[in-house]
Amino acid sequence: MEGSSPGTFAIFFAAIFTSNILLTLYLGMCSFLAVSKQVKTAVGLGLAVVFVITTTSALNWLVYYYVLIPFKLVYLKYIVFIIVIAAFVQIVEMIIERVSEKLYNALGIFLPLITVNCAILGVSLFMIIRKYTLVSSVAYGLGSGIGWMVAIVAMAGIRQNMKRSRVPGGLEGAGITLIIAGIMSMAFMGFTGMIKI
Amino acid sequence: MSSRTSNVVFSNLGRDNPVFVQILGICSTLAVTNVLKNTLVMAIGLIFTTALSNFTVSLLRRFIPTRIRMMVSTLIIASWVIIVEIMLKAQVPEIARQLGPYVGLIITNCIIMGRAEAFAMQNTPGISLVDGLSSGVGYSWVLLLIAFFRELMGSGTVWGQVVLGSWWVKWSIMVMAPGAFFMLAIFIWIVKGRILVEKEASNGR
Repeated sequence: MEGSSPGTFAIFFAAIFTSNILLTLYLGMCSFLAVSKQVKTAVGLGLAVVFVITTTSALNWLVYYYVLIPFKLVYLKYIVFIIVIAAFVQIVEMIIERVSEKLYNALGIFLPLITVNCAILGVSLFMIIRKYTLVSSVAYGLGSGIGWMVAIVAMAGIRQNMKRSRVPGGLEGAGITLIIAGIMSMAFMGFTGMIKI
Repeated sequence: MSSRTSNVVFSNLGRDNPVFVQILGICSTLAVTNVLKNTLVMAIGLIFTTALSNFTVSLLRRFIPTRIRMMVSTLIIASWVIIVEIMLKAQVPEIARQLGPYVGLIITNCIIMGRAEAFAMQNTPGISLVDGLSSGVGYSWVLLLIAFFRELMGSGTVWGQVVLGSWWVKWSIMVMAPGAFFMLAIFIWIVKGRILVEKEASNGR
């Protein structure tokens, strides 16, 4: 609990509920729409995102404050962040492949998808703009990851149960998913006011 | 305009519109559609990035090793986005400040990567530039339309000018997060519904 920003726990909580990265900031929509058909895959992708988002937010924080600022390379932050994320994902993929085949089969296919997930880069950029400390950044990353996972797993559950429902032709697929996301987003708005960040 | 060029342009604006049909790349840009002015600035940045990164990727396509091509295209895109950000900061500092991290998030917009992968890797620079330009425009007009309705219904204004007077009860949900989801869903509904009707009509014949 340091710095001018709100407490670490508040940031963590707010990232999950009041400013859910997916439902209020629209980050990570692509994979959200594509991979939310089954709960099982949604959980797999969700876990991968939580892991990557938390670690890369710490890595990017260190790189930003200990490399980019001292060397006055702040304008290169986009390139550097995206390289850090891509390299990290690649390394994790290789490690998982060696260590556990089971885990690789469960998570491996999602890892390449993650590099282009806007939520990951988004968290790194937001933490810089909001001037979070290292601890707060990690809390923010973890919270955002969990928030994203909650949203995609809930959506997958709803879509699984909707298989038997009759949806108007034009709304099938993306359309109805967006409407559900809108309703979920309204539900999450109910948390607004509990905590502000 | 050759027939191939016009084909590319029109399919990107309509039939294969990236937003409606491919549902790509709504991530970063949907967030700024509550104000028309910001959306326009964002759209210009996006068209610029899509066109030029498509062009660059296509120019370099023979030299990019297949295994790391995604990484290379990401770096090309990121470089163009940096240029966009510097330009926005210099020209429209106020709007650039409001857009904040969303300018940087153009990098992860799937449309740009999608076009680079699907089109620029196989085609010559000239036509790739046209393809990038037109898919950027095809994407932008949808977003501008969404922004127009969101701003109109949510704040009663268009381009910051009050259009609907005090009799209009503002739909504040429109400028908040769920509004964008609903607007986009409705647009997709209308467009896909029309496509379905056309399909049925041609099948019935």
